[in-house]
Amino acid sequence: METPVNKPKQLRIALRNCGMLDPENIAESIVRDAYQALGKVLKEYSPQECINILKQSGLRGRGGAGFPTGLKWEIASKSKSDQKYVVCNADEGDPGAFMDRSILEGDPHSVLEAMAICGYCIGADKGLIYIRAEYPLAIKRLKIAISQAMEWGLLGKNILGSGFNFEIKLCYGAGAFVCGEETALIHSMEGKRGEPTNKPPFPATSGFMKKPTNVNNVETFANIAPIILKGPEWFSSIGTKNSKGTKVFALAGKINHVGLIEVPMGTSLREIIYEIGGGIKENKKFKAVQTGGPSGGCLTEKHLDTPIDYENLIAAGSMMGSGGMIVMDENDCMVSVAKFYLDFIVGESCGKCTPCRVGNKRLYEILERITQGKGVMKDLDKLKNLSYIIKDTALCGLGQTSPNPVFSTLENFYDEYYEHVVEKKCRAGHCKNLFHYVINEELCVGCAACKRCCPVHAITGEKRKPHYIDSNICIRCNECIEKCSFDAISIQLEPKILV
Amino acid sequence: MVPKLICDDEMADVHAPATSDKDSLKVTIKLSVEKINAINRICASYDNDPEELISVLHETQNTLGYLPAEVQEIIAHNLKISAAHVYGVVTFYSYFTMVPKGDHPISVCMGTACYVRGAEKILDELKKELNINIGETTPDQRFSISCLRCVGACGLAPVMMVGEKVYGRVSPNDVRKILEEYREDNCEECKPTQQL
Repeated sequence: METPVNKPKQLRIALRNCGMLDPENIAESIVRDAYQALGKVLKEYSPQECINILKQSGLRGRGGAGFPTGLKWEIASKSKSDQKYVVCNADEGDPGAFMDRSILEGDPHSVLEAMAICGYCIGADKGLIYIRAEYPLAIKRLKIAISQAMEWGLLGKNILGSGFNFEIKLCYGAGAFVCGEETALIHSMEGKRGEPTNKPPFPATSGFMKKPTNVNNVETFANIAPIILKGPEWFSSIGTKNSKGTKVFALAGKINHVGLIEVPMGTSLREIIYEIGGGIKENKKFKAVQTGGPSGGCLTEKHLDTPIDYENLIAAGSMMGSGGMIVMDENDCMVSVAKFYLDFIVGESCGKCTPCRVGNKRLYEILERITQGKGVMKDLDKLKNLSYIIKDTALCGLGQTSPNPVFSTLENFYDEYYEHVVEKKCRAGHCKNLFHYVINEELCVGCAACKRCCPVHAITGEKRKPHYIDSNICIRCNECIEKCSFDAISIQLEPKILV
Repeated sequence: MVPKLICDDEMADVHAPATSDKDSLKVTIKLSVEKINAINRICASYDNDPEELISVLHETQNTLGYLPAEVQEIIAHNLKISAAHVYGVVTFYSYFTMVPKGDHPISVCMGTACYVRGAEKILDELKKELNINIGETTPDQRFSISCLRCVGACGLAPVMMVGEKVYGRVSPNDVRKILEEYREDNCEECKPTQQL
């Protein structure tokens, strides 16, 4: 497991126990105050008092959209029904984010405890954790944690003698990104295709089995117990005006220290990347950091000093998302990155609404053309218009945010798009059709090593005479560069005009 | 459509080869009585509750390796839902497969972190080494390649998995070495795998 990078800039609330205890032994969790908050709530607070504490703390959902958690609980608590449900969204589908996995593997009791508190507040006696099947260790530890908590009387019937009952069950996901969306997640738990439906009705009034359901993300739940124990004033003293507390980010990509970090809201990107993350790998030039996963966008050099919170990220054309941060350097082609995300969206679109199903496919095709050097200027306008249409007309959060990578790369890296389209050049040397290999005649000794290794026989030449690479046949596999002992082969960015 | 009924008494007769096609791959399979009983047991352990369909499919796939049309029909019959519903769910989720995977299923993570750190090159190398495409199985049923959407090990990017084992910080040069571990002569854990 990755160790979080420990630097004084960090403040660990959600990750407070990760790595500090044996998650398979409940006694160790209890020594570190697990279930204290649950006991306090059951003994001292009415459900509404507990909800008020959360509202005062200013905690917002950590799954991405940032909806105030206290308000969400209040709405669910006011819905009248004989049966309600608490759901923990552990379907961490966002590529590049792994904080939920780490919390579930390292501190499962913090989530179970918070779910029970939520159940008490909204009046539910059943909790469900919707977890990805791709996380076998987290599933195993959750199962152990649930059975130990039941044994100790911290879950189940009549918890701590209060008369409050709460039990938790696991539901498994099966690999669908869209199931992170509340309504889709609920359908998936009901054994159906994970397709989203229109809101309203919101899950808080009609969710799982048409009963009021409160859905929160793993990291949100992990923040609950410290707020109850240390008080809402403590929590709201951390962070910025509208975004309180800390946020866990997953640093990955071309950065020296990869791993999870937890910093107060309002920390700047520069502090995260250069101080905590240790700078860019191999001292290359920073180009962009992608936040918010496929629904987010790219932040560039000009955003390095922006304090990170929900509002500022949206203003910068990205979003908080679940907190993945992928750092990119000068060797990454931004058009290809946009294409990569569209490819992801095309694969994950559930197909229910046309703008998402067809529109994203068309966006992908345009980007594919551009990266192959077949783009025309009109394509850039088309990209933009189509993106707006998808954003305005798609059914759910997945579709409405799917063009974000295109928007933000077009906005921040228009030059690169222009170069791909007009000059047929990819400055990062990533797009295979926009560069070619050349042999320096002065350095080539004609040893034919490259000729022998070329899988498509693109290299010709007589022995002991300079060789030649036919770019029309070459598949850019890089094999010849690796084989050449004389550094005679190099990559040339000026494109060959493609027929 | 009501699936063809397979009652307890008739099960012994269901040995006829059948075909299932998804992605135009043809797989001839036979369902033995034991397999049918195994599926029935799994369904019963979830009280034949249609809401538990995904759990049933998970367990069935863990037991049998994959979910061909016949298996889906039996599940549909037990859970009293249409076969189309089951098929819809199986094809919706990328975790479920209707074609058998290799003895050593290889998954390459295509999450953003892995992509940025060169997962594409690993995939190209694998395709070249095994001579198959994504979603295919080698003719000797040893290996199959698939792409994953993030295993949550972004700190180790790029990541590939062989079975349950995770390989981190893989370079294209490592691929051959890793595959070598699972070739017939070297692989210790190899045992005859169950085929449906």
